Amino acid sequence: MTNHWVDIKNADLVFVMGGNPAEAHPCGFKWAIEAKKNRKAKLVVVDPRFNRTASVADYYAPIRSGSDIAFLGGVINYLLSNDKIHHEYVKAYTNASFLIDGGFGFEDGIFTGYNEEKRSYDKSTWKYQMGDDGFAKVDETLQDPRCAFQMMKAHYSRYTPEMVSQVCGTPKDAFLKVCEYIASTAAADKTMTSLYALGWTEHSVGSQNIRCMAIIQQLLGNMGMAGGGIGALRGHANVQGITDMCAYAQNLPGYLKAPTDADKDRASYLASRTPKALRPNQMNFPQNFPKWFTSLCKAWWGDAATAENDFAYDYLPKLGGASDTLSIFNAMYEGKINGFFCQGFNPLASVPNKRKVGDGLAKLKYLVIIDPLATDTSEFWKPHGEFNDVKPAEIQTEVFRLPTSLFAETSGTFTNSGRVIQWRWKAAEAPGDSKDDTEIIANLFLRLKAMYAKEGGAFADPILKLTWNYTQPLKPSSEELLREINGKAISDVLDPKDPTKVLVKAGEQLPSFAFLRDDGSTACGNWIYSGVWPQAGNLSARRDNSDPSGLGQTLNWGFAWPVNRRILYNRASADPSGKPWDAKRTVLKWTGSAWAGNDIPDMRPNAAPEEMVMPFIMNPEGVARLFARDMLAEGPFPEHYEPFESPLDNNPMHPNNPKAKSNPAARVYKGDMEAFGTAKDFPYVATTYRLTEHFHYWTKQSRINAIMQPEQFVEIGEELAKEKGIVAGDRIKIRSNRGFIKAVAVVTKRIKALDVDGKKVHTVGIPIHFGFKGATKPGFITNTLTPFVGDANVQTPEFKAFLVNIEKA
Amino acid sequence: MALQSLDIKQRSATTTPSTQVRETIEIAKLIDVSACIGCKACQVACSEWNDIRDEVGNCHGVYDNPMDLSAKSWTVMRYTEVEQDNKLEWLIRKDGCMHCADPGCLKACPAPGAIIQYSNGIVDFHQENCIGCGYCVTGCPFNVPRISKEDSKAYKCSLCSDRVAVNQAPACVKACPTGAIQFGSKEDMKDYAAKRVEDLKERGYDQAGLYDPQGVGGTHVMYVLHHADKPDLYAGLPANPSISPLVALWKGFAKPLATLALAGVALGSLFHYVTKGPNEVSKEIEDEIEREDKEEAK
Repeated sequence: MTNHWVDIKNADLVFVMGGNPAEAHPCGFKWAIEAKKNRKAKLVVVDPRFNRTASVADYYAPIRSGSDIAFLGGVINYLLSNDKIHHEYVKAYTNASFLIDGGFGFEDGIFTGYNEEKRSYDKSTWKYQMGDDGFAKVDETLQDPRCAFQMMKAHYSRYTPEMVSQVCGTPKDAFLKVCEYIASTAAADKTMTSLYALGWTEHSVGSQNIRCMAIIQQLLGNMGMAGGGIGALRGHANVQGITDMCAYAQNLPGYLKAPTDADKDRASYLASRTPKALRPNQMNFPQNFPKWFTSLCKAWWGDAATAENDFAYDYLPKLGGASDTLSIFNAMYEGKINGFFCQGFNPLASVPNKRKVGDGLAKLKYLVIIDPLATDTSEFWKPHGEFNDVKPAEIQTEVFRLPTSLFAETSGTFTNSGRVIQWRWKAAEAPGDSKDDTEIIANLFLRLKAMYAKEGGAFADPILKLTWNYTQPLKPSSEELLREINGKAISDVLDPKDPTKVLVKAGEQLPSFAFLRDDGSTACGNWIYSGVWPQAGNLSARRDNSDPSGLGQTLNWGFAWPVNRRILYNRASADPSGKPWDAKRTVLKWTGSAWAGNDIPDMRPNAAPEEMVMPFIMNPEGVARLFARDMLAEGPFPEHYEPFESPLDNNPMHPNNPKAKSNPAARVYKGDMEAFGTAKDFPYVATTYRLTEHFHYWTKQSRINAIMQPEQFVEIGEELAKEKGIVAGDRIKIRSNRGFIKAVAVVTKRIKALDVDGKKVHTVGIPIHFGFKGATKPGFITNTLTPFVGDANVQTPEFKAFLVNIEKA
Repeated sequence: MALQSLDIKQRSATTTPSTQVRETIEIAKLIDVSACIGCKACQVACSEWNDIRDEVGNCHGVYDNPMDLSAKSWTVMRYTEVEQDNKLEWLIRKDGCMHCADPGCLKACPAPGAIIQYSNGIVDFHQENCIGCGYCVTGCPFNVPRISKEDSKAYKCSLCSDRVAVNQAPACVKACPTGAIQFGSKEDMKDYAAKRVEDLKERGYDQAGLYDPQGVGGTHVMYVLHHADKPDLYAGLPANPSISPLVALWKGFAKPLATLALAGVALGSLFHYVTKGPNEVSKEIEDEIEREDKEEAK
């Protein structure tokens, strides 16, 4: 979230699309209810289903799953053509005025530079026109036809209310009503907060769904404001934490883009990761990349990371190709992986196309399950009737189960959606032989290290020299780990302006990432978390909920990254002269000598407004991007593409261009394209989702959750049920081109047939959560049905829009 | 047995005068249906606090589960899809004991001390005194009490009398994530409800209102409804609940006689218990009650 949970209470409009917080985030959703109760805020929901959030909304509009960009593009067009934008904000704080390269263009759904064979773009024209001074050229009048504002306006002019209705199936009047609600927050003192979750991410155009909202919030001037921003609602108590630590291969901790084979040495790696400012006087904060990266290398390899050996740059593995979940399971399916460590992950249930995943697991030599529960994955080899129809005699994979403690059985931190890191204390002893995850990993590491020490290896140094200074090497404590993540001074950190002045003494914990250095004098495990454990102690354990401003800015509760800032881009909550857009919700203001207010300034504290240092300090532009340059795979402006399994024959926005039917830049593996079904055989749009009563695939193992929702069901509309002769409670079979499941039919008024491109489209809603292990009634795994394709940027699978057929079982 | 912190206002089949010395605030639980998201946290909290676990059932083609109140499910969410004037609403109501000021169950109960009304308004079942006759089921205008098949005793929501006695809110209130369930003095709850009703009216629910039915003397569980003129929309919440005239008759005239007769039944049961065990007696009574219920439902 750019803001945080409590801040939702400050909104005038809570706009929920691509998420169902009442269902999936009931505790955080209380703040939406608070906004309604105490601010008379409106709650508007756009979703394929009239869901639990819609049940308490002021307005609900239906949409065909997989058509969000068409809808949001329509909103952008509405705001621009009805002049419902926050002009001063757009002009000052976005790249609206930036001139775009003359070579960049867009034709019939495809941007300049497309290579159909590679399914990717040459993005060399997706950039600004650069002046002789080395900075991007701008037209402050916003009249130049090549400025981002005009190009955006032209791009979205095609997204008329009629087109939105045709593509999305949303009745035109309902779409316009939603637009009116959104447009009301273009006023300087009105805000909308956008809440989304997997309903936007789990599409082949997931990143661009969210980009649309970024554009809308810029046009409305809602970023940086209390009650504004964009709320990515995370699905797990600590999924924000795992993302921040980047426990995946593409990034190093703190979102540092990991080196690849192309990054031959430290100097060229740093050069390609450290941007230059694109406008004068901007903070361009990522210019500090070398400090963050060097401190990380020092945290990992300590004394072994020296200036002479490029701070152990060569110790880091270099990515040779894709390493996301889909690519790993594809490689496994192709027999290219021997062993798999599966920690806190139930891929048989949670990765698309269960059969492909199961076949992949069957090709492993060994599978290690590190989990508190006996997961479905741990029994992928075991027959469970038709729910898991496998032949163990044909599977040679050796499976090890290493039981771990649950979260409540260890101490440590959770980082919530609002980036607040909160310490939690161990509440109970773990049962049986289970061990903490850290203990298991420590054991594994130290045994491997001993083997390397004894037997040697091709390149043993990265393992032999890894920092491991824990009091109990076999049991690193959470406290030690958090201190290490925060970082410390290795030698005295000196004031760059006055080298006689010591800012942090050698051995002391660092107060924040502002003190990181690229000369090897500091170590830090994750720069964005720096400050969570300074010399004063563990700030994540603070529990002072005093709220002097009344805005929910409880700065002494836990610790929010970065530097305890609760609202990102908060400089934008004030106008260019430093006066808050809404004095009643002051986040920050210029006092005449400094930025101050109710948050940690997202700005150099003494940057006077006349210096024109712009609020989006992480961008080299200093401003937010309407035009996203070359940052995304499929284009600088979001464009509507159909899901890979679409009920339509073509993309109604580009009916004559088959290349532009589905995301042209999405990766599709051999065999997966063939496994896509067509509307002829699978006429219904299916979408998968979660229920309040359960948590992913865990709580089916808990009796009390099983009592609340005991059995797999599927939701269909009354009209479809009637056509198929299905009544509520019937058992039905749901088929996709990849397999089938059976479930109980819930027949509902809450899913309506939609009129899409002249065609009647029915939606089939399929909760996940069920499987063959647990206290719930044994059932099928929903991801038997889902397609093996992901978003073109981050490869999040397209769980939310695919095709099925249904029949009575 | 009665909790010391709670004064008893009346006791079933007992004529002992109630206590008068201490001042007790009348409490109430307010369920704001317009803020309820149907998450069932209240159902879970109720099960956990009271140490009751219902069976893992089946999906019956609706979100409701367990499907009905039982001796082990003292509260359930009831989901109703209503379409009026082309507007769809998903009305979700937490069902359970209403803790009537004039409790039909207590009036109907022939077993001394099996049903207690505390001076704070909570109506509680004391199972150790319950004879499993099921008259409370007949007496209840909201169809709430359930007889356990395991011990032939009547069970229902206690409004967490044990928690309230030590100044804690009921478990469901504590667990409710959206603040849809509020708890406090009845007076405060009415004030709070008035604000919610005002807000709902501003949002276009002209008939929003408080459900505190006077036919049972008001209740200590109240609802804020968007459509207070049509409580029936909310899974059959009765518009004008009142105690069955049969119970009134029973209470005023026939009960003293019947109590004698029941003593006879109880004696008979004892012999029955000795010879055949307890369950069959209760089953006979149960069947009879179920028949009554079905007829009443028609």
